[in-house]
Amino acid sequence: MSEYYKAEDLEKFATMGELAPELWDKFMAYYGAVFEAGALTKREKALIALAVAHAVQCPYCIDAYTHSCLENGANEEQMTEAVHVACALRGGASLVHGVQMKNIVKSLEF
Amino acid sequence: MSFAERIKNPELKRTVSELNTLQVNLGRLCNLSCKHCHMEAGPNRTEIMSREIMEHVLRVLKNFKILDITGGAPEMNINFKYLVSEAVKLGVHVIVRSNLVILTEPDYEDFLKFYAANKIEVAASLPYYTERDCDRQRGVGVFKKVIAVLKRLNALGYGRDDDLILDLVYNPGGAYLPPDQTELEREYKSRLKSEYDIDFTRLFAIANNPIGRFGEFLRRSGNFERYMQRLQAAFNPAALEGMMCRYQLSVAWDGSLYDCDFNQAIDLKVNGVNNIKDLGYKLECRDIAFGEHCYACTAGAGSSCGGATA
Repeated sequence: MSEYYKAEDLEKFATMGELAPELWDKFMAYYGAVFEAGALTKREKALIALAVAHAVQCPYCIDAYTHSCLENGANEEQMTEAVHVACALRGGASLVHGVQMKNIVKSLEF
Repeated sequence: MSFAERIKNPELKRTVSELNTLQVNLGRLCNLSCKHCHMEAGPNRTEIMSREIMEHVLRVLKNFKILDITGGAPEMNINFKYLVSEAVKLGVHVIVRSNLVILTEPDYEDFLKFYAANKIEVAASLPYYTERDCDRQRGVGVFKKVIAVLKRLNALGYGRDDDLILDLVYNPGGAYLPPDQTELEREYKSRLKSEYDIDFTRLFAIANNPIGRFGEFLRRSGNFERYMQRLQAAFNPAALEGMMCRYQLSVAWDGSLYDCDFNQAIDLKVNGVNNIKDLGYKLECRDIAFGEHCYACTAGAGSSCGGATA
C-alpha cells in the first residue's frame, strides 16, 4: 500500500487546481480563512484539524497538522489528547449504532 | 536563491546609522547543556571573557542604549557583576540572559537582589510551560528549578512592577517554527498563573537557528533539508527591516566582533574592524555578513533575541 501514500505527493496537492482553477481558488480561499484565528485560536483549530485528520485517516493531513500543531504552540500531550477525542468519537459512533442492532433484534425475536 | 539575494533593498543589507544594542557574550561556560544551544555551551567550555575585554566593552558602550549580556551562563564569569555595575553607572539599560538554574547554586544566591537593585532586565529561557517539554530540551530537573527562581523574582517585584522587567523566552522543542508570539504569550501567562501563580512581563518566541547543537540535531535526525526548506518557504520580506543585526553589534568572549550571536557561533565576523580592541569610539554603518542560517530570522513573523520582528 505504501506506493499510494508518499510524503512528497503532498507537494503535488496544487495540481488539483490545474483543470478546475476556479474551484481550487475558492476552496483555498475558504480553507485559508477557516484556519485564521477567530473565536478559536490557531492552536485550537490545529488541534481540531489533527483530530479530524485521524478520524478520516488521511496520512497527508496527519503529517501537515502534526507540524501545524507544533508550530502553533501545542505539545505532544495536547496532541495525544486530541487524537483520543477522535478515537472516542469513532468508537462511540460505532457503539451507539448498537442501538440499531438492538432495535432490529427486538423486532425479530420473541 | 541565497539569503543575501533575497534582499532587494540594499539599505536592508546594512546596519542603521545609530545602533541600539551592544550584545556581549561573556563566555561559553554554562552549568547546562541545552539541546537547542547554538553556542554549544556547557560545563566543560573554557572560553571566558577577560576583564581587559570588558574594559573595551565599557569604552565603546557610550555609543549604545542597551547592553545585552549573554553566554553560556553569564553569571559564571567572575567579572560579571563588575561589568553590570559599571554599565549601570553609564546609564545604559542592561539585559541579562539567564538560564535561572545557575541562581539556585549557593554561590549565586545574592544575584537576584543584585539584579533588582540595579533594575536589570532579566530574560530567561523557558521553552514551554510544562515540565516534560522543558526538561526534554534543557535537562532533567531544570523546569522545577526555573519555577522556583521565577517565584523568587516575582517576590522581588519582577514581572509585577513596571521597572522590573522579566521576559521569558520560548523556542521550539524540535525541527519546527515558533507559533504566533502574542497567542503563545497569552497561553503561557494563563498556564503559569493558574498552576504556579507566576507573572512575567512578556514572552519572546524565537526560532531555532540551524547551527551549533541544534544544527547537529537536524543533520543527525535527517531533518536538516526539510527544516531549511521550511525556513525558506516561510521567508517574509517584512521581517528584513527588523532583523536584529541591523541594530546591534555582538562581542565574543575574546573581543571578536559579529553581527549577531549566531554569526558568532559559526565565526562569521563583521566586515571591517573585527575586534573590539581595535574599535574606535565612533561606530560606522557596516555591510552585514549573511549566511543561509539567516533565514531563521526572517521566517514567518521573524525572529530575534527580542522575539518576533514582523
